[in-house]
Amino acid sequence: MKRISAALAVVLLGAAPAAAEPPAPSEVNFEDGAVTMSLTGQPGDPAAGREVMNKGSGNCIACHAVSDLAEWPFHGEVGPPLDGVADRWSEAELRGIVANAKMMFPDTMMPSFYRNDGYIRPGNGFTGKAAEGALDPLLTAQQVEDVVAYLMTLKDS
Amino acid sequence: MKIIKALSATALALALAAPAVAGPDDDNLMINGDLNMVTETAAPDHLGGALGSTIYSGWRFRTDETQSLQTDDFDNPAMLFIDQAMDLFNTVDGTEGKSCASCHDGPEQFAGLAATMPKVIDGKLVVMEDLLNGHRAKAMGAEPWKWSGDEMQSMVALIGLQSRGMPVNVAIDGPAAPFWEQGKEMYYTRYGQLELSCANCHEDNWGNMIRADHLSMGQINGFPTYRLKQAKLISKHNRFRGCIRDTMAETFAEGSDEFRALELYVQSRGNGLSVETPAVRQ
Ligand code: HEC
Ligand code: HEC
Repeated sequence: MKRISAALAVVLLGAAPAAAEPPAPSEVNFEDGAVTMSLTGQPGDPAAGREVMNKGSGNCIACHAVSDLAEWPFHGEVGPPLDGVADRWSEAELRGIVANAKMMFPDTMMPSFYRNDGYIRPGNGFTGKAAEGALDPLLTAQQVEDVVAYLMTLKDS
Repeated sequence: MKIIKALSATALALALAAPAVAGPDDDNLMINGDLNMVTETAAPDHLGGALGSTIYSGWRFRTDETQSLQTDDFDNPAMLFIDQAMDLFNTVDGTEGKSCASCHDGPEQFAGLAATMPKVIDGKLVVMEDLLNGHRAKAMGAEPWKWSGDEMQSMVALIGLQSRGMPVNVAIDGPAAPFWEQGKEMYYTRYGQLELSCANCHEDNWGNMIRADHLSMGQINGFPTYRLKQAKLISKHNRFRGCIRDTMAETFAEGSDEFRALELYVQSRGNGLSVETPAVRQ
């Protein structure tokens, strides 16, 4: 795997302008809860972000209702509905909220999606067993960008 | 309720079509047509208003279909386990050649006990499972039952049933105080990679939907509960473990001192509600 991905990187670097290595979660620069720079240096893919809203470690609609996602059942009521969210927040603010909502809303119940330490009794996924070694953030840098790109499509006006 | 039951198919269709319900419903829980249960009552003082002025049983948050299974013992699937426990009560086990019935007239003798558990005995916080395994070891010379196994939870349910309709009334002061404090601390700790505490879901968001689940106050007055999804009796500690696991945390073990303390604290949040054992849940 190691060698293949190194080889792949060479190919990619040769083919396209270099995508910067995403910052480690602890190195993301928050200003007033917002993150200005794309974590990947690339725009996100709203269609991929839309999928993350419904499943896996994203599962945003566990807590938020979104009219545009009506094809998936059971939207939660724990957080505010996200309709029109792009009218209320800038892209940088949305990136900050998705990456680590606690920077914008101290003590919020919303999980931090681009963070990987500082937890109490961190588990190995949903097994109930102790985590082994370093944790991955709940979403990859790319997924954060994809979700932000999707949220930017949620406009009322 | 009877009418509701007859219409349950329609009710289900409506529930699916209607927007998410907020808060508990207004139904009354009457069992077997004569046992009236207290499913809402004044919140205990020690909560300091954290749940508002009123606490509600988890029964009030369930669908009419699930609720109706608890209104008549002939419909309550947990009663199969109660029957099994009655058999176990009379079954000789262990090196002393005794059954529960060798020393106790019958389960009725334990009316009221479950309403006051957990409690501190000789400096140790003791839950019902400890009493049962303790007597099995000491009086019967029998092997301990597995914490969440059918035998153990059937017997916990049978003993609990003897208190059905009585108000939950656990002591939180005196020797119980330090255990209660430990349980309270746990209740407000945000465990796991999702950093969620019991209070995040069951205090800040009771009545709200979290994905497909209608959040209750997380009361344990109906435990062990028959869970339709698992088709068996679920212990309190198993429920705690499941909820902590869902926060992407390392859980505590069933039968651990941590879960004993948490059980005392959670039980005290339901002081005043009727014991509903064995309740039925989705
Ligand atoms: C466990 C619950 C939970 C989950 C899961 C969750 N959120 Fe949130 N979210 C909240 C809460 C609660 C708030 C309100 C902030 C506060 O605490 O004041 C919020 C606020 C927000 C806001 C600001 C909304 C506004 O109108 O002000 C956005 C945007 C948002 N969340 C996006 C997301 C996305 C995207 C995901 C998934 C990747 C997600 N949330 C997952 C609970 C959650
Ligand atoms: C991420 C949200 C979440 C967290 C955190 C959580 N729970 Fe739950 N809990 C649920 C859901 C969902 C249910 C099923 C619906 C219900 O009964 O509220 C549930 C059910 C319960 C029940 C069963 C209630 C009944 O009437 O049958 C108990 C007891 C309970 N939880 C206790 C706890 C305790 C104690 C903690 C902390 C150790 C905890 N929960 C943490 C979501 C959560």
